[in-house]
Amino acid sequence: MDFVAQLTLFVLAIFLGVELITKVPPTLHTPLMSGSNAISGITVVGALIAAGSDSGMLINVLGFAAVVLATINVIGGFMVTNRMLAMFKRK
Amino acid sequence: MHVSQNWIDIAYLIAACLFVLGIKGLTKPKTAVRGNLLAAAGMGVAAVVTLLNEHIVTYEVIIAGVVVGGLIGAIMAKKVQMTSMPQMIALLNGFGGGASFAVASAEFFRGSANDTVSIIATGAAVLIGAVTLTGSLVAFAKLQELIDGKPMGFPGMKLVNAILFIGSLVGIGYLVVNPGNEMVFWSLVAAAMVLGLFLVLPIGGADMPVVIALLNSYSGVAASAAGFVMGNSALIITGSLVGASGLILTSIMCKAMNRSLTNVLFGVMAEAGEAMDADEVYAGKVKSTSADEVAMMLETARRVVIVPGFGLAMAQAQHAVRELADTMEAAGIEVEYAIHPVAGRMPGHMNVLLAEAEVPYDKLKDMDQINPTFEQTDVAIVLGANDVTNPMAREDKGSPIYGMPILNVDKAKTVVVVKRSLSAGFAGLPNPLFAKDNTLMLFGDGKGAVLDITTALKEG
Repeated sequence: MDFVAQLTLFVLAIFLGVELITKVPPTLHTPLMSGSNAISGITVVGALIAAGSDSGMLINVLGFAAVVLATINVIGGFMVTNRMLAMFKRK
Repeated sequence: MHVSQNWIDIAYLIAACLFVLGIKGLTKPKTAVRGNLLAAAGMGVAAVVTLLNEHIVTYEVIIAGVVVGGLIGAIMAKKVQMTSMPQMIALLNGFGGGASFAVASAEFFRGSANDTVSIIATGAAVLIGAVTLTGSLVAFAKLQELIDGKPMGFPGMKLVNAILFIGSLVGIGYLVVNPGNEMVFWSLVAAAMVLGLFLVLPIGGADMPVVIALLNSYSGVAASAAGFVMGNSALIITGSLVGASGLILTSIMCKAMNRSLTNVLFGVMAEAGEAMDADEVYAGKVKSTSADEVAMMLETARRVVIVPGFGLAMAQAQHAVRELADTMEAAGIEVEYAIHPVAGRMPGHMNVLLAEAEVPYDKLKDMDQINPTFEQTDVAIVLGANDVTNPMAREDKGSPIYGMPILNVDKAKTVVVVKRSLSAGFAGLPNPLFAKDNTLMLFGDGKGAVLDITTALKEG
């Protein structure tokens, strides 16, 4: 993908993000933070590629660290968000 | 198995759409659980198709990493107390930044970054990722009280930070000209890690909510930069969504605390105006009351607003408060909760703490919703909140907190403040609310006081 196409995605996604997030009510801001945090664990995609590329010890170590950290982020983030959201009930 | 790159990219697009729909779900409490599941499904799609990538030839390291990370993540999510949520999120932010930093480093050593754009992106991912990692660890340690929450620093710290930052940029520039220089790369890593420490150490514990929101934003930007390195659209889109989310929350918190982002980051406290003398404010004007008296007042009230602060959560009094509210509602009294944006330790924290105590979310009103209703409120009960009710923020132009948005509890017919003593809050200022004609002080422990009122109300 060329740089301009990447930059286009980046800029448009920021606008989309601002539009979306401003609609989230204050009562859900903590789950929003943990949820968006889990989503930022998308780095797991890059981590998997690095860890599975079999390109030497240093890369294996970095890849392993990246997979562990990103997986904590993803699993921990989505689970704790779910735990919090399940508590929000109407009467 | 060989799958064409086009199909993999389409799967990433589907994942990105699921993330957007997921965040959209979070705009209403009713659809929020489903939204979170949609986002998790998106992550599942992205992870599974990545395993089909032609560059992945072995699975041992991947499996080991997923098992270790999955277990740690699941245990953390199950065990964490709701009062410790800010620490948990600080830690998760740090891990997200750390992952992007490790991914970019691996790409660097694989030699896949060789054109200008991808080298700059690698440098940015390393810089932002490492700053997020060490900065979040400091924020975690401060919130968990492993280290002192007071601002820490040394003379010339800002200058050192500026040198570290400019040095990092120069290092990235050098790597563009001489790709693959490992010495320069490791220096960049070291500089970024120290910079993360030095940026958060001088920020006080009370300002941590802003820092967490900002680090949340950084972790997104770091993921986005890693996406530029790898030419991966899913990472770019998702990273910038999270980056935008963190920035918005940062600005909301800054507004609620009446501080500018620069003030928080560079530790500038508001200029102390003429210090008001506490004795002068309170002398002879403070009226104290008892639980029985409050219960009698509540019996004749039609509308009561409860104003919780973090003190209430520290005393684990949320359940006691809900029981009081239930008792009042059973007697036909309308009860609502007024939530200031900084009532907890992070945006929306108090709402989660009350939801945990099974307070229905439609009773939780934010500042803009509740403020116009105080004039029709018979009794406002302030529990463990102080600065966010201080009328000086509205009335006294010389006050350091002038302009801070507050809950206008003093407009209620009667205000009951439950508090141990007349001591000052974070801002270190006396609160003239306590001396107002319509204010009654109920001195004592928050939880005990609430239980006493409830008992008196049930008996009466």
